[in-house]
Amino acid sequence: MTETRHTICGMCAVRCPVSVQIKDGQPEWIEGNSHDGGMGKSLCAKGGATFAQRGDRQRPTAPLLRRGQRGAGEWREVSWDEAFDYIVSRLQPIIAEHGGRSILLSDRGGPFADLRQAFLKSLGSPNYINHDCTCGRNVHHAAKSVYGLGRKDFAYDYENSRHIVLFGRNITESLKVKEVKGFLKAIKNGARVTYIDPRASITAGKASRYWQIRPGTDYALLLGIANCLVNNGYYDHEFAARYISGLPEFKSFLAPYTPEWAAGECGIAATEIETFCRELNEDRPKVIIHPGWMLARYRDSFYASRMIHILNALLGSIEQPGGLFYPKGPKDAGKSGLKSLASLVPAVNEERADGCGSRYPQWDKGAGMLQTALEAIDTGEPYPVKAYFVHRHNPFIAMPDTREQRRILDKLDLLVAVDVNFSETAWFADVILPESTFIERDSILRTEKGLKPGFGRRQQCVKPQNNTKAGWEIYLELARRLGKGEYFPFKSIEDIWQYQLQDTGLTSADFDAKGFVKLSDKAIWYDRDQLKFGTESGKIELVNPKWEAMGVPSLAPYVPPVTPPSGSLRLLFGRTGYQAHGMHQNNPILCDLLDTNRLWINPIAASRIGIKDGDLVTVANGDQQGQIAAYVTDRIHPEAVFMLHGFGTDVPVKKRAFGRGLADQLFMQGKLKEWDKAGGGLNLAESFVTVTRV
Amino acid sequence: MSKYIVTQNVADCIGCRACEVHCKDKNNSGPGAFYCRMIEVTEATATPPRIDFVYLSCFHCEKAWCVDACPTGAMRRRDQDGIVFVEEGACVGCKACITACPWTVPQWNPDTGKVGKCDLCKDRIDAGLEPACITKCTTGCLSFTTPSAASQAARQAFAERMHQNLRR
Ligand code: SF4
Ligand code: SF4
Ligand code: SF4
Repeated sequence: MTETRHTICGMCAVRCPVSVQIKDGQPEWIEGNSHDGGMGKSLCAKGGATFAQRGDRQRPTAPLLRRGQRGAGEWREVSWDEAFDYIVSRLQPIIAEHGGRSILLSDRGGPFADLRQAFLKSLGSPNYINHDCTCGRNVHHAAKSVYGLGRKDFAYDYENSRHIVLFGRNITESLKVKEVKGFLKAIKNGARVTYIDPRASITAGKASRYWQIRPGTDYALLLGIANCLVNNGYYDHEFAARYISGLPEFKSFLAPYTPEWAAGECGIAATEIETFCRELNEDRPKVIIHPGWMLARYRDSFYASRMIHILNALLGSIEQPGGLFYPKGPKDAGKSGLKSLASLVPAVNEERADGCGSRYPQWDKGAGMLQTALEAIDTGEPYPVKAYFVHRHNPFIAMPDTREQRRILDKLDLLVAVDVNFSETAWFADVILPESTFIERDSILRTEKGLKPGFGRRQQCVKPQNNTKAGWEIYLELARRLGKGEYFPFKSIEDIWQYQLQDTGLTSADFDAKGFVKLSDKAIWYDRDQLKFGTESGKIELVNPKWEAMGVPSLAPYVPPVTPPSGSLRLLFGRTGYQAHGMHQNNPILCDLLDTNRLWINPIAASRIGIKDGDLVTVANGDQQGQIAAYVTDRIHPEAVFMLHGFGTDVPVKKRAFGRGLADQLFMQGKLKEWDKAGGGLNLAESFVTVTRV
Repeated sequence: MSKYIVTQNVADCIGCRACEVHCKDKNNSGPGAFYCRMIEVTEATATPPRIDFVYLSCFHCEKAWCVDACPTGAMRRRDQDGIVFVEEGACVGCKACITACPWTVPQWNPDTGKVGKCDLCKDRIDAGLEPACITKCTTGCLSFTTPSAASQAARQAFAERMHQNLRR
């Protein structure tokens, strides 16, 4: 018998709606969930490798307890009972001595985090953290400082846009299926695309204009653009008069930053900047300047993103077809939302170990900041952090300087990894709790914000092939064994769904037909005369007194990037559309697409060093070095080299990927201590390497 | 030529290689074997750079070199629609078809020691569906069609562009 189940993809953090056909309990076919018109049957390569992941035995297939030294890779397979008992027996003394607050949990955020937050909160810890210090924290905090709203409080109406401007936002490779389809539709409808990146990614090939900017000078270019727009009156005066405060200060601040000045910094000709600004003026308000997705790059990425947020406002593209819009939630449709699991648990009023909201008053408490939490583990200040749950998050790859991280994490009394794969961090853990692959597990319901808000469900499509469990089973069982079961009166995922849906008038059966439920048939737009912003003045604040009082100036003067030391090149990294974050390099199908990375180097730099395309080269920074082949191409700026991220794993059981290629994060020594002081994102594009021929 | 043709709108292709993966997932083609493949064609010094991907699979030739070369009759052509496919049971792994095909399209499966190749997912076609790569392409840039329909669609698109230009 064949049956179709609708669920939510878990192969990357985009979490697209998908449909799985099952025959006699076995998965037969997976495709995009075409009940969602923007998705259709489309599925990216990672989603297409879902069944291959399930069948791959080079993954944790049962709970594992460490036997030898941390990281030595000696494991003992145990029952779930024994694994839970072990964790509880290690946690109890930690909690007794240091309190619940000494437990940390990090994950990769997203719509299912409520469950993990609830678990941690029940143990009395405020230290939930997501991966965002290596992703969108700068963008998020920049949005807060301009609009008083988070980065996810805006979405983009690509399809109807006249001009899409991307500062390194690589839409075709760091890809979201629905987004890239909308982007291509816009191009078909005649939109201009300006792509700005020291590396010509595939997105550059789709653009009508590509600027190979000098690395680290985005903020300079943005200042030049802002100067040109403001001085020529190329902005939406009506929108500005109504909603924007601080324009006079902004104008005088911009005075020195002419397009000619910017050209000298970033290498884009002033006349080109001026032409671009004229086009923006023609195309506004149907303009999207993407404020960045992953923007943990430079020490001034917060200010670059801030400037983008400001430019979008000046162009009047807020809550505007073809521009940015507010994703609407259940309330906007006049409906009740899902009930939160975390609200079942009493509030925790402890100070956060990472200093968000205290030492770093400007940083949101919600997502935390992992690099300062690592400091707490290292120093015991402001208090000891002794246990760490890493949930499908892989700091050893995501964060810089793995060696330094190892030193710090070795101070923990307990490191538990919950993962589908043998992540590099899991390999160093004391316990690995194997999570079921996404087609084998249910998750809590999610809210789907957008022009037509709704809810979505990930459901189990097939039984786990191995001795694995779903996250909800793992955390509820741990909570129960730690004496916190009273907060979670659920026996099954159905119980959880029912609780979440309690106020909505819906039941989980309402998700059977399509996998999601829409709360509105038509797109909801706010009245553009009544827009609200979250700042204290309710306006879009070009100068934000609240942030200034927290030590973050609103209008920061430009500071040029460090030039690479003589003989060195700046190390940049990125990804393809078919392998993300080192999660899929060992997938039986995806490893076949690409099993190593290369060093992209510009012909000018290559000829200076005497390197030809295909030569094996040594990449080095300090005592860290390794070898890969060179790819000599004009697609990378002469000051930089580039490699794909996620290669060079040191986990030997991942046999298809082990030792293949180089891991960029190893060359970022010291960078755990360097981040954008305002926004908190790590400076992942500020390391330099030397390159020599082997 | 089989009665079908696969066309690709290169402007909409993002080189994401999902088509290759959907094919491998469905057909179990084995390590290193790609029944369809995206070929990157780059002109890095153009402004903006040209970075295109061309979809290449089997052409299902009317007079198929591979079929003629196969000594066992494993490589064969379906009467009803001209799809060229391998009857695995009869393949002895001699690789004559690989050599004979002008584009070296038949693929070697090291796990089975036999040749495999694109059969346009004929089981799906027979069930009224389209091949895996086309059904699930990330951007919808592949079309499963017939030569005359493809020609009509291309002419229509061209006419629309021309008409738009005339009105400018
Ligand atoms: S982008 Fe691909 S891997 Fe990510 S959720 Fe969507 S289909 Fe799955
Ligand atoms: S799936 Fe579609 S967009 Fe992606 S490479 Fe294949 S043909 Fe191109
Ligand atoms: S394998 Fe080669 S010769 Fe045979 S049908 Fe395909 S393209 Fe033609």
